[in-house]
Amino acid sequence: MRLVRYIRLLGLQVRMSLLLGMQYRWDFLTQGLMQILWMALSLLPLWVAFRARAGGGDIEAAQIGDWGIYGALVVYGVFWLLRAVLEGVINPSLGAVVEHIRKGTLDFMLLKPADAQFLVSTARFAPWHMIDGLAALALLSFAIVRHGQVSGQGPPGLPQVLAAAGIFVCGVAILYAVWVLVICAAFYVVKLDNLSYLFTSVFDFARWPRSVFRGALHVVFTYVIPLVVMTSYPADALRGQLGPWQAAWSVLWAGVMLALSRWVWQRAIARYTSASS
Amino acid sequence: MPGIWQGIRAYPTLLRIGLAEAVAYRAEMLVWMLTTTMPLVNMALWSTVATGRRLGPEGLSGGDLVVYFLLTLIVRLLTGSWVLWEMNQEIRGGAMSQRLLRPVHPILAYSAENLAAIPLRGLLVLPICAGLLLLSGQGRLTSDPVLIGAALVSLPGAWALTFLSMVLCGALAFYIESSLALFQIWMGTYALLSGYMVPLSLLPAGVRGVAEALPFRYMLDFPVKLMMGFPQADGRPVTHGLVLLHLGIEYAYVVALLVAVGLLWRAGLRRYAAFGA
Repeated sequence: MRLVRYIRLLGLQVRMSLLLGMQYRWDFLTQGLMQILWMALSLLPLWVAFRARAGGGDIEAAQIGDWGIYGALVVYGVFWLLRAVLEGVINPSLGAVVEHIRKGTLDFMLLKPADAQFLVSTARFAPWHMIDGLAALALLSFAIVRHGQVSGQGPPGLPQVLAAAGIFVCGVAILYAVWVLVICAAFYVVKLDNLSYLFTSVFDFARWPRSVFRGALHVVFTYVIPLVVMTSYPADALRGQLGPWQAAWSVLWAGVMLALSRWVWQRAIARYTSASS
Repeated sequence: MPGIWQGIRAYPTLLRIGLAEAVAYRAEMLVWMLTTTMPLVNMALWSTVATGRRLGPEGLSGGDLVVYFLLTLIVRLLTGSWVLWEMNQEIRGGAMSQRLLRPVHPILAYSAENLAAIPLRGLLVLPICAGLLLLSGQGRLTSDPVLIGAALVSLPGAWALTFLSMVLCGALAFYIESSLALFQIWMGTYALLSGYMVPLSLLPAGVRGVAEALPFRYMLDFPVKLMMGFPQADGRPVTHGLVLLHLGIEYAYVVALLVAVGLLWRAGLRRYAAFGA
């Protein structure tokens, strides 16, 4: 059974990464704590924005567009959760591919009797990001409960939570697909490691609720680089304000991006000539 | 020291090599250039926050923020540096050994590469920004010749601070294995405390005090403020003595960083050699 084999392979890869991560226990803790500290620090611009908006008044009443501070905090929590997935699951393995391509060691991956995209995508996990993932979940839960109290909506029900989780998975899929596309660019232009840096600096804007982007920027971040889909839509779902159109759009985007990344990956691999030839 | 003299004699050639390299890796250049346009997103974002309101003690309006972020973009293009990123790669990958064999001090070589890339980086974005600034900067830019002169003097200092602080972090890579985290920490601190993400006047008083004491503000906030006439919290025009004082502090920081880099580099190099690299 192909599927069973791949699931077992995945289990093996995860175990390897865990063992590797546990070897550096200190790293595990310090990295995790650093991330949480970082998360707290980077809340500052959001807080500053709402404080400036309130202009000395009640910060809970301040609004940017139709988003209050707790709604924005929900977006923020989703952003950090997504970031933990990106840095913990997607980034460590795919980031190494660029290095493999340049050094020619990608050949060893291609020789193994399993799908190459699967292998390079699961080669390495960074387990300490579990810590900031959990912290993000805590922040998210706090923010949505407070949001329910302030707006008088009450906490979200099970359908909302499920919808949010579904949209979140779509966001992860889009993020993964974009990353694969970035990697594929490295097959063509070898010195391109800073593309990942560009990618992260654009992704950083996903921490803001969608109402801060107006006009052209809103169109770009919804339809071209779907940052809004990744973080604001799950928050919308939790607040019970996600329309069926938006949900359909997220699923459609995720499907198209996954298919596209798969197609481009196969083309890129076919074109790959390894470092020696 | 004969090494320094050789370095200065070789400097024009190094600049030419740097320019040639910048032209050769155009794709990489383009990506860096796109990365530096992020202040445009910040601009859109903060002018949304400022709709129908004036922000902070200086009463920044949407128009002020547009000019502010355009200026940060220009200053960053003129003074930006990626040397930490490159050093990191070279120390980990072992390419640093080759650099050390050359008769020119690596830091001098890095600075030449960095400076030579600036015209090319500015080529595309700078004219657009200057045009936009002319359109929107009416009455918001200073016309005081002393302030304009001070702004011009502060730019080389801003570059030196950015470059040297990055080299300082990069030299830490001799001690710490995972110095990519250092790059993230540097970028994050810079983003928060230099006025890159949030104008410093909007920060809460405590954080603002910290930001104004640290050298980060002289990398970005200070030149930008000078070009905008250095508005004071009490609304009075800035005295020239104060401007001079700030310039003095800026260059004192440059000297201090230069000394720190010299010490850390020498000590770090001894460790690097001890690795057997």
